Amino acid sequence: MSIDMKMAWRNIWRNPRRSILTMAAIAFACLLLVFMLSWQFGSYDTMINSAVKIHTGHLQIQAKGYQDRKSIRLVVPDPTRVGEVLKDIPEVDEYTFRANAFSLVSSMDRTYGIMVTGIDPGREAKVSTIEHLIRQGKYLSDSDINKALIGELLAKNLKVTLGDELVVLGQGRDGSVAATVTTVEGIFSSGQDVLDRSSMQITLKDFQDIYAMRGAVHEVVILGKSLNAVQKIKETVVAEIRKIDNNHHLAVLDWMELLPGLVEGIQMDMYSGLIFYLILVIVVAFSILNTFLMSIFERTREFGVMLAIGTTPGRLMKLLLLESTTMTMLGIIVGIIAGSLITWYFQIHGIVISGASDIMSRFGIPERMYPRLSLRSLVIGPGVVLIITFLTALYPAMKVRHFHPVEAMKAV
Amino acid sequence: MFFQLAWRNIWRNPRRTAVIMTAIVIGVWSMIFLGALMRGMTDQMVRNGISTLTGHIQVHRKGYRNDPVIENSMTDPRQVVSTLEKTLPSDVRWSSRVRVNAVVSNARHTAGITFAGINPSQEAEISFIGTSVTEGRYLKDDDTYGIVVGKALAEKFGTKLGRKMLVMSQDTDKEIASRAFRIVGIFRAEMEATEKEFVFVTMQAAQRMLKMKNGISEISLLLPDAKDVDTVADSLRAVLPAVDYEVLTWRELLPFVTAYLNIYDGFIFIWFIVVFIAMGFGIVNTTLMAVFERIREFGLLKALGMKPWWIIKEVLTESFFLLIIGMIIGNALSFVSVFALSRIGIDLSAFAAGSEYFGISRVIYPAVYMYDVIMANLVVFVLGLLVSVYPAVKAARFTPIDALAQT
Repeated sequence: MSIDMKMAWRNIWRNPRRSILTMAAIAFACLLLVFMLSWQFGSYDTMINSAVKIHTGHLQIQAKGYQDRKSIRLVVPDPTRVGEVLKDIPEVDEYTFRANAFSLVSSMDRTYGIMVTGIDPGREAKVSTIEHLIRQGKYLSDSDINKALIGELLAKNLKVTLGDELVVLGQGRDGSVAATVTTVEGIFSSGQDVLDRSSMQITLKDFQDIYAMRGAVHEVVILGKSLNAVQKIKETVVAEIRKIDNNHHLAVLDWMELLPGLVEGIQMDMYSGLIFYLILVIVVAFSILNTFLMSIFERTREFGVMLAIGTTPGRLMKLLLLESTTMTMLGIIVGIIAGSLITWYFQIHGIVISGASDIMSRFGIPERMYPRLSLRSLVIGPGVVLIITFLTALYPAMKVRHFHPVEAMKAV
Repeated sequence: MFFQLAWRNIWRNPRRTAVIMTAIVIGVWSMIFLGALMRGMTDQMVRNGISTLTGHIQVHRKGYRNDPVIENSMTDPRQVVSTLEKTLPSDVRWSSRVRVNAVVSNARHTAGITFAGINPSQEAEISFIGTSVTEGRYLKDDDTYGIVVGKALAEKFGTKLGRKMLVMSQDTDKEIASRAFRIVGIFRAEMEATEKEFVFVTMQAAQRMLKMKNGISEISLLLPDAKDVDTVADSLRAVLPAVDYEVLTWRELLPFVTAYLNIYDGFIFIWFIVVFIAMGFGIVNTTLMAVFERIREFGLLKALGMKPWWIIKEVLTESFFLLIIGMIIGNALSFVSVFALSRIGIDLSAFAAGSEYFGISRVIYPAVYMYDVIMANLVVFVLGLLVSVYPAVKAARFTPIDALAQT
């Protein structure tokens, strides 16, 4: 331990009560930030994953303009060729095809306008969670003909149950009337109202027959190996697709483009969170500024002596900064450890916010929330605390440079 | 004497006092100001919810809430209407509506929407639609084929004023009724979702199309003072037979908004406590320092016969001054910043899709709740004095011997 470090260390413990209170303030800020950020990042991950898993996938290939207009005419004409391209990209985990059409669905006594989606049962089960969301009946299989899955709320609205018939009436790709009768095979509940109230799944084969799709689909949904691989996959897919898409009418969209509301919502939540945290850290900074100031002014005489025996003002400043930084670091370490322990406890046991489950499920978050410790959540909060406390300590340390040995030694 | 002594003592070291006061000022300011922003956000949410065809109170036929279909409409509203006329104070605004799920389509597009048949002049007094038509015109009482649609829907459909729009829905005979309307107006709403959700025609046109005769789906009421919601709702429940009708307040009609309000109530209080803890450390530390550097003084006072209790009182009075001055400046600062923002608000347009996603308006105006202000000040004041007890007791314990030992 260098002599400076030793002096700093001993100076900290000259007044243990004051130092501990100061470190406690720093630790408190770090603890809170670690926990809050783990919670926020944890809920963002859950929101993104559930949105990605329930509907959009990580990436989609669609006809240009389909995302905005959802017109049945905007199709991916040859999905098999796109599939062949995707098969050869190593980062792509799974992919599936979907087709959508807005249609009227009628039961014995009710009619609702909903979105009918054609899915490839085998592939879909690997990409989305729909198979596990079935609450009654069973999931579709590839050989099913005229069978449908509907959402729980839609089933309630239509007053139908398993085995009941539904009449579907819509418009085909070519503008012709698309009509069929299907049987309710399964009822699912995703917790997301829009989906549960206004969607119905049939097999892609049925869909293509009914809506005269001539083999085309609307969305090629891709699930990557991880969320981080998305940008890389996107680049590869864009390059590969260009080779087969002669008319340049296909677009590759990642989940951020597919879910702009979610992305901006997360950003907004993060920025507003940062404002709160910043204000909190500033309050803490002013709370501890006095400690730093006092530890200097009550030692004016001491500094005078040190200057008189030849310590340079620069070294004195360094010594003071070392003292405050050591104190800050101790507080931060304690804060990080305590924050991690608390976060870790909730990461295992989860937190239930009473009365919030309706809101949570609207955003795809389960009732019991789990914060997630990550490098980011461990580093950002304490990093901000470190910077701000250092700036706080800088002010008193600078004061030392203007001390004159003779005057300083006169001070009581 | 305590006051004079304490007052002079806190200014013996003006820098230290200024620093800790700054901490208190920022703390109090952040409590009240950020609290007001959060309240502003939820207020706006409530206001939007209420003006988007909810109103403060709604009267339905029993069962409509759970299953809002045409079979659950009020087939003969005359009795309800006359009861309402008799019971309600004259300053309550209200209007009847037909509201059903429907499908609209034009040559190229189809979408599911909520089809609202309204009394144009009465509706204008209770919901947003009266003031929201930006192109064309609002509905007239005798419009038979006019329809008002949202901007976002019109854009999605690639349609404009004067074009036709086909509406399809189930009528009272359980058949699909359809009717073409001509777009006479296009409205803008706070939320894009609202623009895509609603289309408006006159109530007579909707009733004729759906073969409802005089039937209506709901009656929506807007009170001059939102605080009276429960009393008015109770008085309606007392006069309307409960077997046939349900009377619901906006809190029941907008469960999401109500849940948000509860969460924010909790969140604001937690924020107060967190900020207090952050400055609490500073208050304790500063007071401790002030006490310890005056050991000699306290020892002397004791030697002169001052009772320990008096010393505690003296130190607490010093904290009292610190807190009170910090609070006064903090409150003043918050009111100034709230006032400065009350006209322009905070514009969230940069996150338009995000605020839409969370159901927040694009511009937030701070709203000061007296309850929050009192709560924030109470938290700071009471807890602030409480944590100062520790240094005060320390000071009271110094003996003249301690003091002599101190250089």
